[in-house]
Amino acid sequence: MSTQKGREITISVLKFNPRSAVSKPHYVDYKLEETSGMTLFIALNYIRENLDPDLSFDFVCRAGICGSCGMVVNGKPTLACRTLIANYPEGKLTLLPMPAFELIKDLSVNTGKWMDGMSKRVESWVHSDHEVDISKLEDRIDPEVANDTFELDRCIECGICVASCGTMLMRPNFVGPVGLNRVARFEIDPHDKRTADDYYELIGDDDGIFGCMSLMACEDHCPKHLPLQNKIAYLRRKLVALR
Amino acid sequence: MKINYCDALVIGGGLAGLRAAVAAQKKGLSTIVLSLVPVKRSHSAAAQGGMQASLGNSKMSEGDNEDLHFADTVKGSDWGCDQEVARMFVTTAPKAIRELASWGVPWSRVKAGPHNAVINAKKTTITEEEDRHGLITSRDFGGTKKWRTCYTADATGHTMLFGVANEALKHDVDIRDRKEALSIIHEDGRCYGAVVRDLITGELEAYVSKGTCIATGGYGRVFKQTTNAVICEGTGAAIALETGIAALSNMEAVQFHPTPIVPSGILLTEGCRGDGGVLRDVDGHRFMPDYEPEKKELASRDVVSRRMIEHIRNGKGVPSPYGYHVWLDISILGREHIERNLRDVQEICQIFNGIDPADEGPKGWAPVLPMQHYSMGGIRTKPTGESSRLAGLFACGEAACWDMHGFNRLGGNSVSETVVAGMIIGNYFADYCLENDVTIPTKTVQKFVDAQDAYLDQILAYNGKEDIFKIKNRMKEIMDEKVGIFRDGPHLEAAVEELKELLQKTKHISVKSKERVGNPELEEAYRVPRMLKVALCVAKGARDRTESRGAHYREDYLKRDDANWLKRTLCTWANPDDIEPTLEYAPLDIMKMEMPPAFRGYGAKGMIIENELSAKRQEEVDSIREKMEADGKDRYEIQDTLMPFELPMNYKDKNERAGDK
Repeated sequence: MSTQKGREITISVLKFNPRSAVSKPHYVDYKLEETSGMTLFIALNYIRENLDPDLSFDFVCRAGICGSCGMVVNGKPTLACRTLIANYPEGKLTLLPMPAFELIKDLSVNTGKWMDGMSKRVESWVHSDHEVDISKLEDRIDPEVANDTFELDRCIECGICVASCGTMLMRPNFVGPVGLNRVARFEIDPHDKRTADDYYELIGDDDGIFGCMSLMACEDHCPKHLPLQNKIAYLRRKLVALR
Repeated sequence: MKINYCDALVIGGGLAGLRAAVAAQKKGLSTIVLSLVPVKRSHSAAAQGGMQASLGNSKMSEGDNEDLHFADTVKGSDWGCDQEVARMFVTTAPKAIRELASWGVPWSRVKAGPHNAVINAKKTTITEEEDRHGLITSRDFGGTKKWRTCYTADATGHTMLFGVANEALKHDVDIRDRKEALSIIHEDGRCYGAVVRDLITGELEAYVSKGTCIATGGYGRVFKQTTNAVICEGTGAAIALETGIAALSNMEAVQFHPTPIVPSGILLTEGCRGDGGVLRDVDGHRFMPDYEPEKKELASRDVVSRRMIEHIRNGKGVPSPYGYHVWLDISILGREHIERNLRDVQEICQIFNGIDPADEGPKGWAPVLPMQHYSMGGIRTKPTGESSRLAGLFACGEAACWDMHGFNRLGGNSVSETVVAGMIIGNYFADYCLENDVTIPTKTVQKFVDAQDAYLDQILAYNGKEDIFKIKNRMKEIMDEKVGIFRDGPHLEAAVEELKELLQKTKHISVKSKERVGNPELEEAYRVPRMLKVALCVAKGARDRTESRGAHYREDYLKRDDANWLKRTLCTWANPDDIEPTLEYAPLDIMKMEMPPAFRGYGAKGMIIENELSAKRQEEVDSIREKMEADGKDRYEIQDTLMPFELPMNYKDKNERAGDK
């Protein structure tokens, strides 16, 4: 290991346990020494193991692919596991839980509950009457179409687009960029036999495709670089043409 | 006491658990899935490279079939696997992938015409036939005869997981996340569900069911350097162990993956090498051909991992603040290929190491070192997935030792196993739930809930000097240092002794906050002792197995010993106050094998202590095959004579292939 001493950094965290009768939201500052390649995953675990065993946060894959660790870092929603401390030259990071989701405790929010609701609402599964015999050859799909579907299937439900979304602040019932992306994904997938009219039923209102104010913070912050702007615009044109 | 009743209870919400739940729900059972995290965040999502299934669609997989997949799997396992299970698996895998396609998994497809590939570090052009256009394509992985690994770029596990989770939602499976099972409820040798803690409210509840299926994944986090997600702590298997009845099997069989990136341990998929990436040493020299001239970087994972460490020991490692490593070079595949097919790999290199692996030359090389990756061992089951000792308890996926991987798993076979086992075991599990009733009295259920309730109070009342986080970190170091890729008797003995001490120390901790809700230290305090029990099963199993087989490599016993060790290790925790597991062994029956033990085809030759039955069975197999071929029997009939096996549903139907005559 390198013997060179790292700089001192300060991580300021909003702590609050909504299930406790005495807990009030407050900031706690943790000071620690930066190590080479330190991410927020490493820093927060260090804090829990050495400074504050009560601090709650969520990580699963710690590799930017599961979407568990969305939080607001210096005002921007992002994945904590791939936030490098070195990218903050002033050495101070302020962490808040993501808005728009139910708070569990400290930095932990209930994205799972929200995402399940969204999935059920847009019926996020293949709709088809076609009985598939799995012993027989699979349906042929054009490689480009399969790839286009995959491009939108890369969403990891981290909730960062939802936490970034201006419409969400005004319309709590908004289906969110993630929900609109999900519709766009099934709309291209040839296995799904739903029509534009079916999708209109799901998202053809102000809580759906017509609620988006095109501020596009969703796309700016999406850690998977999904083409949310294009897809929302495409769906809106397609669905507005129906009425 | 809150009791939740259901017909079928699944603990674990990754690919295996969700697929099993779909099987149960489709048979009309009320099915609940419990998961530590939202199910789409499960470690299944981390599988990058792909899923093995012998479709034989693409040019380089032409002629593939179940027999080849079976042979590769058995050889890969170093003959440690259950061959009947391997047969069940290879027969169902093509059906699994086709089912997933119909559920919307956007598998990469064959594109007719020429495309470029890198094979053995040389640019090659492969031309796909017109009549295969649009079928599911595949890539190369280590230890396989054909290009058999089907994929969606390098996010295969992610797309599969979303496909299966969406299907579970469609069928109204009751998925409950942030729920942790603390103990198994059982009576008279039968399992009836679990005591469960809600990780948001801290509340204890009972889930009572006709059958219970554990699908909680592996135990990689008992090691320090691992590719596993932070939730892979093996505590699902541990609660089965703590029944004192169910056995864990082959826990010493731990796979190390050759190419996690240093220092974070995040995996760079085997697809990197499958697609043509190479390993280089401190001089930039491609060293694998020196050790494995035939298979090179694509020998099986255990072999490549050991060769890398061997090469570093020979003084050819690259020094770094984190110790020595070697380089993985995928830049030779070209930027376009990387940006399309290895995009997550590229992003991981960029974000965590500041490297763009598409940059040519040393600038784009990624530092890699073998780390813990996969648990071949787990809850011992019969081919139906039911525990061989505790009725009504099923297990599937990495948490189980269904035993198709034996002592070494081939890349692409684990994510394939999750869904295939979910289909097969899910159906047997559902049938069990249909045929059996809940007969346990509520006062027995209460007893199990009260025991966990008292245990949590006891932990909060501990007033010792030890720190649970320090105990956990020491366990991880011991496992890395003494129970790693290269093992020997003295180190393993020391590991067992120190792990036992650590387990005793867990009762001499103190937990700072006395809250029952939202207290991460309390969670560590009840998880770490369970992790230590799993670690002890691994270390003690490894200490006592005096041979080298697959991923289990003993420097003091270099040979695979078929004469004495062609058997499974079974671990039980007979008494809750014990500080180490009890080990027993169950022999594998060579005379029932379709493929009797032989040389694997990679690694050093002549390193086998043969069992005399191998030659005898081989003669028998050869004569049956010769006779039946002369009689004009087809490969299905011959296989059925050599080693008959059962499958539920229509999973035994012949798999159609584009190349069928």
